[in-house]
Amino acid sequence: MIDQRRFSSEPEARSLVDRIHELVDGPVSLMEVCGTHTVAISRFGLRHLMPSELKLLSGPGCPVCVTPQSDIDRAIALARAPGVVVTTFGDMMRVPGSSSSLERERAEGADVRIVYSPLEAIDVASAEPDKEVVFLGVGFETTSPTVAATVLAAADEGATNLTVLPMFKLVPPALHMLAELPGRALDGFICPGHVSTIIGTDAYAPIVERHNMPCVVVGFEPLDILAGVVMLLEQVRAVRAGGVARVENEYGRAVSGRGNRRAQEVLSRVFDVDDSEWREIGSIEQSGYRFSDEFENYDARARLDVEVEEAVEPTGCICGEIMLGTKLPTDCPLFATRCVPRDPVGPCMVSSEGACAAFYKYERRKT
Amino acid sequence: MRDSKTVTLAHGSGGTLMHELIEETVLRRIGNPVLNDLDDSAVVDGLAGHGLEGGRIALTTDSFVVQPLFFPGGDIGKLAVCGTVNDLAMKGARPAYLTLGMIAEEGLPLRDLERALESLAGAAESAGVAVAAGDTKVVERGAVGGLMLNTAGVGFVPESRDLRADRIQDGDEVVVSGTIGDHETAILLAREDFKVSETIESDCAPLNSLVETVIAACPEVRAMRDPTRGGLATTLCELASRAGRRITIDERSVPVAEGVASVCDILGFDPLYMANEGKAVIVVPSGGGEGVVDALRRHELGGSAAVIGTVDSGDGVYMRTAVGGLRPIVMLEGVQLPRIC
Repeated sequence: MIDQRRFSSEPEARSLVDRIHELVDGPVSLMEVCGTHTVAISRFGLRHLMPSELKLLSGPGCPVCVTPQSDIDRAIALARAPGVVVTTFGDMMRVPGSSSSLERERAEGADVRIVYSPLEAIDVASAEPDKEVVFLGVGFETTSPTVAATVLAAADEGATNLTVLPMFKLVPPALHMLAELPGRALDGFICPGHVSTIIGTDAYAPIVERHNMPCVVVGFEPLDILAGVVMLLEQVRAVRAGGVARVENEYGRAVSGRGNRRAQEVLSRVFDVDDSEWREIGSIEQSGYRFSDEFENYDARARLDVEVEEAVEPTGCICGEIMLGTKLPTDCPLFATRCVPRDPVGPCMVSSEGACAAFYKYERRKT
Repeated sequence: MRDSKTVTLAHGSGGTLMHELIEETVLRRIGNPVLNDLDDSAVVDGLAGHGLEGGRIALTTDSFVVQPLFFPGGDIGKLAVCGTVNDLAMKGARPAYLTLGMIAEEGLPLRDLERALESLAGAAESAGVAVAAGDTKVVERGAVGGLMLNTAGVGFVPESRDLRADRIQDGDEVVVSGTIGDHETAILLAREDFKVSETIESDCAPLNSLVETVIAACPEVRAMRDPTRGGLATTLCELASRAGRRITIDERSVPVAEGVASVCDILGFDPLYMANEGKAVIVVPSGGGEGVVDALRRHELGGSAAVIGTVDSGDGVYMRTAVGGLRPIVMLEGVQLPRIC
């Protein structure tokens, strides 16, 4: 049993922070692409231990934040439809759609249920044979295999009243897009630990090769993040001196080179890779999933026809720029004034893993 | 989307929305100098003048809507006693009488009602209080999740005691009587089938005897609050705000049971925001913390007591993290939701 307290030891943290200060002698920008990293960095107060020239940027790693407004509106339309039960992870409840939210709909009588595991949606479907049960499929590669497994289980059990609204996103295509942003502002990627348990460190090789961009797979404890930053900074120094970037693995206790083969198989059976729309960022090639032909009966988009209102994007929200790392939450004129967690304008403030919510909760200090 | 026209679950979670509901909807209509204090219980003078000898009594009320009705470490009956007894005890009152309002649902097995009341009776005896008056209602199936209870409590406040957050001074120390987050974590596991092998027990317990221990060890204790909905974080924010001062705590000093820490870690919850039902946050003058902790550790409910922080001028609540970082602690916004990935 790993003693998690080992990963928060202050003397070790201190020596890693000292090393970080040694390695930074000019502006450096590192980006994480994982909501859990966003929260961990802020929650442990790590930014304030960093030298001022090192920027730890938060990328589009919050699954709820990158779900397009039209998909949120579709989920709301499904919730309003008679005879439909919407099952969802909790974080989707409060995301503002064009005119409502799932939480608002539930308060007004819609059957929307929070589940902790997608498998619970099968239980709901069995218990309510007269209803159409829709599961909102949000998440990255950590989550999509469990939903794929759920679809396989549903098919085994003959649950025909269950569908999934597939809104999943893939991380590596986003990393390519970010690395290609004009003005090469990024020096390295803090790669997502849990996603990497599924896709393996090998998945980042194309990013390193095509863009000479240092990639380190990092865990979530404070020492993991500090150690990962050290590894990236050492690579940045080498690359700036003309060297070649590599994929490295700080999270070896959980992540392997090949990843989780079983999960990958399940994914490729149930889903085909497709182009996908990322909220406020636009379409990224081959960055999402549609259902494979074999399982198209489980596709809520095809099976359940609902009228979706025209998407009205909130004015003034700069979530897109924040997720691309070109602006900080504190740069947004709405931050903490008009846009607060309980009355959010955009998704980055309402999602517990959104950059704005993390900044609101953990980074506003009066010293 | 700003003006919510209906009550939502977030209004009941103990965080900012609930505070707003109370300020804007409730106090605006029924506020008065006694109620506006919004403390755990109301201490009222003025028995004198009614032809009675003087002295202060503490009054409080609480409603219990917990699901499931029975959970590891307790049940709705035990909670109904402890919640109200503790609100009285936090003001230094000696709890004496409770009233009990029961709303039972058509179809509730009589055996469940009996169990809950047996448990309530046991907790009342343990706390040294008596149920002096009550009321029973039955409503149609589906309305109240089986059973809901309300208890109101009356306690007597000894002359020498004046526990108020606005007595808190710079330099004071903040003590917590034990591990945090236990009750709400236990309820969460009991309510959902996470298939976690660990059983977490609620820490539901009457605190009046523990409070007497604290006051005996440190008569100059400034204030006490029990961290229920919204957790330790919300309680510290309330204390700091009422005191008009800054509280800084040290993450490594905050006691969290290993099981609670693991479960919260997996599900993406923060123990700082998870409710307790048998712990107290105690603010004492500078230098008094260690003595109070020693006394608490000799009490059966205070085994993990610890000094967790200090008070100084400024505002807000801050936490020095385990790796030496510093971050603010804010009041809970809405409800905590488990993470997706």
